Amino acid sequence: MKSSLTEGVAPDQLPVAHEHQNEKNDGKQDGRLSLFRLLLKDRFATVSALILVFVGLTALVGPALMGDLATKQNLLFANKAPFTLAHGWEYFLGSDSLGRSMLARLVVASRTTLSVALPAVAVALFVGSLWGVWAGYHRGWRENVSMRIADVIMSFPSLLLAVVVLYVFSPSAANIVLILALTRIPIYLRTARAESAELQSRTFVDAARTFGAKPNAIIVRHVIPVVLPTLLTLATLEFCYVMLAESSLSFLGIGIQPPDVSWGLMVSQGRQYLQTAWWLSIFPGVAIVVTTIAANVLAAWLRIATDPAQRWRLALPRKRLIARIPAKEAKP
Amino acid sequence: MSEPLLKIDGLTKTFHVAKSASGNTRLKALDGISLTVGRGETLGLVGESGCGKSTLARTLMMLETPDEGTVSFEGTNPFGLRGKELLGWRRRVQMVFQDPFASLNARMNAGDIIAEPWATHRGLYPTSREREARVRELLHMVGLRPSDARKSPQEFSGGQRQRIGIARALALNPDVMILDEPVSALDLSVQAQVLNLLNELQQELGVSYIFISHDLTVVRHVADRVAVMYLGRIIETGATEEVFDHPRHPYTAALMSASPKLDVTGTRRDRIVLQGELPSPLDPPSGCRFRTRCWKAQDICADLSPEPQVLAAPDGTKHVAECHFPLDSIKGLTGATAAAMSTATAAAQSTATAAAQ
Amino acid sequence: MKTATDQAPAKRSRAAATAAAAGTGAATGQAKAHDVVLQVRDLAVDIRTHRGTVRAVNSVAFEARAGETLALLGESGCGKSMTAKALAGIMDPVCDLADGEILLNGTDLAALTAKERLKFAGPELGIVFQDALTALNPVYTVGTQLGEAFRIHRGLNAKQARVEAIDLMKRVGIPEPESRINSYPHQFSGGMRQRILIAMAVALNPRLLIADEPTTALDVTVQAQIMQLLRKLREEGQMAVILITHDLAVVAEEADSVAVMYAGNVVESGPVSEVFADPRHPYTKGLLESVPVHLERGARLKSIAGSPPELHDIPAGCVYQSRCPLVQDICRAERPVLRPVTSVTGTPVTGAPVTGTPVNVPSGTEPRPARTAACHFSEEINNV
Repeated sequence: MKSSLTEGVAPDQLPVAHEHQNEKNDGKQDGRLSLFRLLLKDRFATVSALILVFVGLTALVGPALMGDLATKQNLLFANKAPFTLAHGWEYFLGSDSLGRSMLARLVVASRTTLSVALPAVAVALFVGSLWGVWAGYHRGWRENVSMRIADVIMSFPSLLLAVVVLYVFSPSAANIVLILALTRIPIYLRTARAESAELQSRTFVDAARTFGAKPNAIIVRHVIPVVLPTLLTLATLEFCYVMLAESSLSFLGIGIQPPDVSWGLMVSQGRQYLQTAWWLSIFPGVAIVVTTIAANVLAAWLRIATDPAQRWRLALPRKRLIARIPAKEAKP
Repeated sequence: MSEPLLKIDGLTKTFHVAKSASGNTRLKALDGISLTVGRGETLGLVGESGCGKSTLARTLMMLETPDEGTVSFEGTNPFGLRGKELLGWRRRVQMVFQDPFASLNARMNAGDIIAEPWATHRGLYPTSREREARVRELLHMVGLRPSDARKSPQEFSGGQRQRIGIARALALNPDVMILDEPVSALDLSVQAQVLNLLNELQQELGVSYIFISHDLTVVRHVADRVAVMYLGRIIETGATEEVFDHPRHPYTAALMSASPKLDVTGTRRDRIVLQGELPSPLDPPSGCRFRTRCWKAQDICADLSPEPQVLAAPDGTKHVAECHFPLDSIKGLTGATAAAMSTATAAAQSTATAAAQ
Repeated sequence: MKTATDQAPAKRSRAAATAAAAGTGAATGQAKAHDVVLQVRDLAVDIRTHRGTVRAVNSVAFEARAGETLALLGESGCGKSMTAKALAGIMDPVCDLADGEILLNGTDLAALTAKERLKFAGPELGIVFQDALTALNPVYTVGTQLGEAFRIHRGLNAKQARVEAIDLMKRVGIPEPESRINSYPHQFSGGMRQRILIAMAVALNPRLLIADEPTTALDVTVQAQIMQLLRKLREEGQMAVILITHDLAVVAEEADSVAVMYAGNVVESGPVSEVFADPRHPYTKGLLESVPVHLERGARLKSIAGSPPELHDIPAGCVYQSRCPLVQDICRAERPVLRPVTSVTGTPVTGAPVTGTPVNVPSGTEPRPARTAACHFSEEINNV
């Protein structure tokens, strides 16, 4: 089948462009490794990743290391200012009015915060995205019904909904997660629907239909990979929102229940001491902001890194380096 | 060419659209299309944008469902098929798209793109080793390197991308390939490479082509037979040379004449410049659809839709035109052009004077 | 992107240029046929990209004459549209005019500031774009958009501008202009929109009309109408037309002279009839042979192997070396410059009429554009 045919084709059609393209892309071929290398090239993304790893590790093992420091009261050390080791390392970040170590409380709160915010974001992302992609791909009544449901949820004040639900049921972490997820689903639903509706009219999706591929297969193969990076970026923004929403609930007394503590709760509790003991709310506030920004930067980076058409933007500085020392690269 | 491979009969497709100026909501994109495609044959489908040629392609690919009419592929009607049989039909008819940039998913590599059809047609190459071998073979067939399988589409030029699109269509070993403007997005020098490739593949694999294009020079080069479409109808069909050299329908003659020719030796030729534009398919003219722009139109053209007429072609091939007043075949294009030219200019002048008043 | 080297625009004596601008700007009246309206010399355009600065247009030179059409022919990415944008002064912000002169009736446009150039847009130079739908503003009626030129440059009021706009619509063959003047662009068909765009470009009777792929988006029957219109307008106004296209057949039918571009360089130029009948650059020859004509159906087309070089990757030496069948060592070492070539009949190249029947050039004894090619082996080309 191939012999005579390809002989006819090959000689004058082998594209010249190959030569230089091969050189350029040698390093990029092995997927995961190159993604890691790309990450190292971007200083901001690397720092963000390190921050996130640090926060994650803190939430994972920190509370065990701190023992009961977070709850141990010591009125002798009440309202100590931060940044001094005079009272021992545990009071380096100061203490609250009951003399509890801020450092320990921040560490313990990180676990609570992440264990509420992460599942809430993940559930909303998962449900909202799949639903939105499905609605957008099929259009028609599925789309209309989905969008009206989203409108209903959006138009209902989410905090009010949370208050009602959490009063009726107990304000457990699981319930907080569920209610926060439910109210944030429409955000993902709308975005996913819009992108999916646009994608389903693309030619490569048409091409897949001509092979007889089933809608679900097309959604998995062609729609989700394109939509996902956008939704992940959205999710990092939502992460911030959910942490703050959780703190509002905690402030109202229907969120995290003391003696449990979350960053949001610390912010709202410390607010009344802002003039006398600023560190009570500033430190957890900074923790929230830093974590969110790190997640956001990393998501923005990830969106470019996973888009083959944009990836060159990240490969830049490295390429110039190679150009300057060609001898090493040219060897293989 | 005894029994046609693909036989289309009376295919009609109406779209429902938002209200047009005249209050019509029905857009008849295909209006009784009848065609045949023989085994190993290339049928050129020519027409201006909006004439329905892309809708015809999409309907044949079952991306649209026709309202009426039948398609018969070796005797079976694919629109009645379900499940496995439908997949079997889809395997045998494949399509190459116009835009080599939009038709390939930028997030997949070339190998995955070519192998994609097998995700649905799992029986074809069951093991991953067979699939990899076949991908290499297909890449070789379309003039790419086996190592290209790992590259992503944006690392290829337009022509190379179109080769990937062709390889993907070949992945299912089809009997018919619908080529929807396969070279019109490519540069001239690359266009010739792809046309050569298509030609070689056809000779090697015996596959039939339905070659849709607006570029008459290209169609003349590749097609055995030509069908000319105008506002959802096929108005003329015949052997390529016959249709190009002796167009019988005035629209075909005008189309041939309007298409610029690369001829540096001759003088600037007279040509038919049609007045007016394509009527909206929402409100097609009564009777003959071309009558509003036709210089031969008479009263009967407005009242009566012309039936397809089988006209005698000197070489004995079948030449069909839908016209009440087909052009003289003996005079050929030049004669027709001269005659048409004078009437067309007269018409233009009368319009001009009317406008001035 | 951030480290891209900014090339400072070439410094020229702006004062002199401005004085000249004022002079020509005021002067009106029609150019005589075959007068050189536009002369481009050594035009170079740089694009700042993430891979550093690349040269998209390199030492391009050509002339456009009143009442004649010059075609800039080339494949996508060859720099032909960039050249047009440089002429019209509407380049993207990342592009810089690196070098060269653009002499429009003696004024060097390249030396003017953006503000000074505004005087030329309209009265001296008009441009027609490929995509008429995006080139027209969807929220204004065509009458408003057509009248704009008159309001800005001639200071007419809305009522007078409307009268002029109707007149203009008649000139470009739009039926019932009185009623259609209040329509919006989307209410017109593609061909009619292109006519409106042309009307806007010729509103002030410019000396030079740049048409950037004016018919690429249109069907052949409409393309024929538009080309007919452009021809008519050119003859009426004795405009010089620069037709930018990738279509050899359009060039053969519409243009008097042609400049073939490849990878940012003009590789061959001259009268269309001569260049196409006897190409002296292997690229031109390859292009002409790629067109499926005069061949048996299904016969193998001659094609040019490979694809054009990327802009950041243009080799030293000849730009065409990687695809050229004639390539020698000298082609890799030294970039050929455009130099006069003799036509196949042996007639001298510049300034004299060619024997035979000139087809696309008005007959007579007007000075003819020179026949040039940028190839080390343009004499041996027919041996391939």
